[in-house]
Amino acid sequence: MTTGVPVQYFLVLATLMFFAGVYGFLTRRNLITMLMASELILNSVNINFMAFNRYLYPHKMEGMFFSLFIIAVAASEAAVAIAIIINIYRRFATINVEDVNEMKY
Amino acid sequence: MTSNQLMFVLFSLMIIVFSILTVTTRKILRAATYLLLVLVSTSGLYFMLNYQFMAAVQLSLYAGGIVVLIIFSILLTSHISQKFEPVEIKKSIFSALASIAGTILCILTILDYKFSATTEAAKEVDMKLIGRSLLSVNYDGYVLPFEVISILLLAAMIAAIVVAKKAGPSKTKTPTYN
Repeated sequence: MTTGVPVQYFLVLATLMFFAGVYGFLTRRNLITMLMASELILNSVNINFMAFNRYLYPHKMEGMFFSLFIIAVAASEAAVAIAIIINIYRRFATINVEDVNEMKY
Repeated sequence: MTSNQLMFVLFSLMIIVFSILTVTTRKILRAATYLLLVLVSTSGLYFMLNYQFMAAVQLSLYAGGIVVLIIFSILLTSHISQKFEPVEIKKSIFSALASIAGTILCILTILDYKFSATTEAAKEVDMKLIGRSLLSVNYDGYVLPFEVISILLLAAMIAAIVVAKKAGPSKTKTPTYN
């Protein structure tokens, strides 16, 4: 399925995706778009794990299970983050991180 | 160019273009749609790597679950037609410089390193093998991380419900809704 595509291609692709996510995390000021940028970062790491597993250690399954667990962690992270975001919106009527600067309950 | 390379180029172009659009577009719902396209093309890459189970998980959990969750929270918290203010030039330039520097460093390191593949025969990863490995307590089993991740998911679900729940009327301080 991947003959003619060396492993470096996958790694370069994951690098570009990772740093697109980093750029978004640094420039965005909206909590939901920052969450999206972190999803991009996690997803690029998953691509790396899968490519390493398939190309370098095809007789093992560590990479696949690691990315499976990363997906589970990302799902729970998104659920908790969105709950927090909705709570912040109720309290401050905005989800801009510059305007949310107190933790007092 | 073989068909494999053609498919890889197609998926990777989609991933790169749409991930950059995700972090630069000024409309929030469009950002979510571009993120969905990125995740779907990633699952295409998993199909290319012959991990059908992971591709299915990617499609159903990421593209199906997380993106829908994000879109719902966008609809709850923002006006759809609202546009973000453009990023400050200074901040944008410095972030782009940091990202480009990191990208170049990583790509140089990747191209410099000699990856040596093992010569052992590839294992066919089918559903039965995945299930057995997840629940096996032997050397190649993953039962401990499986249990840990299930506890984490349960805790995250309960935490999400508790955090997002409306405060009851017994609270002395009245929250300011508007």
